Amino acid sequence: METITQSIQGVPLNHYILFSAVIFAIGVMGVLIRRNAIVIFMSIELMLNAVNLLLTAFSAYRGDASGQVFVFFIMALAAAEVAVGLAIIVMIYRNTNTTDINVLNRLKW
Amino acid sequence: MNLFYLIAFLSIFFSLLVIFSKNPVYSVLYLIVTFFTFTIHYILLNAQFLAIVNFIVYMGAIMVLFLFVLMLLNLNQDSEPMKSNLIKVVGVIAGMCLLVTLVGSVKALNVSDPVVLKNPDIGLVKNLGKVLFNEFLLPFEVSSLLLLSAMVGAVLLAKKDPKKA
Repeated sequence: METITQSIQGVPLNHYILFSAVIFAIGVMGVLIRRNAIVIFMSIELMLNAVNLLLTAFSAYRGDASGQVFVFFIMALAAAEVAVGLAIIVMIYRNTNTTDINVLNRLKW
Repeated sequence: MNLFYLIAFLSIFFSLLVIFSKNPVYSVLYLIVTFFTFTIHYILLNAQFLAIVNFIVYMGAIMVLFLFVLMLLNLNQDSEPMKSNLIKVVGVIAGMCLLVTLVGSVKALNVSDPVVLKNPDIGLVKNLGKVLFNEFLLPFEVSSLLLLSAMVGAVLLAKKDPKKA
């Protein structure tokens, strides 16, 4: 375990922030350019994971365990969110025979 | 130190593949690899509890759920709805604008101290359990309510309507 913790010592906190920002931006791009509801869901998972990693890095940087507890709560929330969201997608597919989000624009009226 | 950059490169590469691959099944498989690289990141930060939870919850439960729904709905490349190229380009530009804004604000902060693990035992199960069951006991119990309601909601939503059938 010592060698693993040694290997992270030199990485600046900035690089963790930049890395998480890149992953978050990729998630936003996925939401913008895809039309399949399931792939949009996966992009949201990517964004959640970027935030999780950054919280863990901050927690290790400050030496405070609260950040890692928050990550644990975010993971519980993500599990609940995916279960309900995929149930909604299955229901939409049963009614419209597609997972294209453009058919949902009739929700406007 | 170099290991972090290698794993970070792999994470970015596979998450780009997630959003740009045409077939949704490939997207899920690339997403599993991305989550595995995140697990390695947690191990590097010595957050062992989070690494295990990430491995079990994300790669085990959530990804199986995604794959299961994809197989159930029989989605593949032929049925994949694609946006026009113009909208794709605009979406990528918008994402890059967000990235530039975030990076610019980080540059303005001017913090670049190395991540030194002040207390390397912080991410171990023993330490996190003490924090979780002392300070965060109430949120922990409330999250059980959240999971229960999510379970009931998911079953209710995915069940076929008995009047309609």
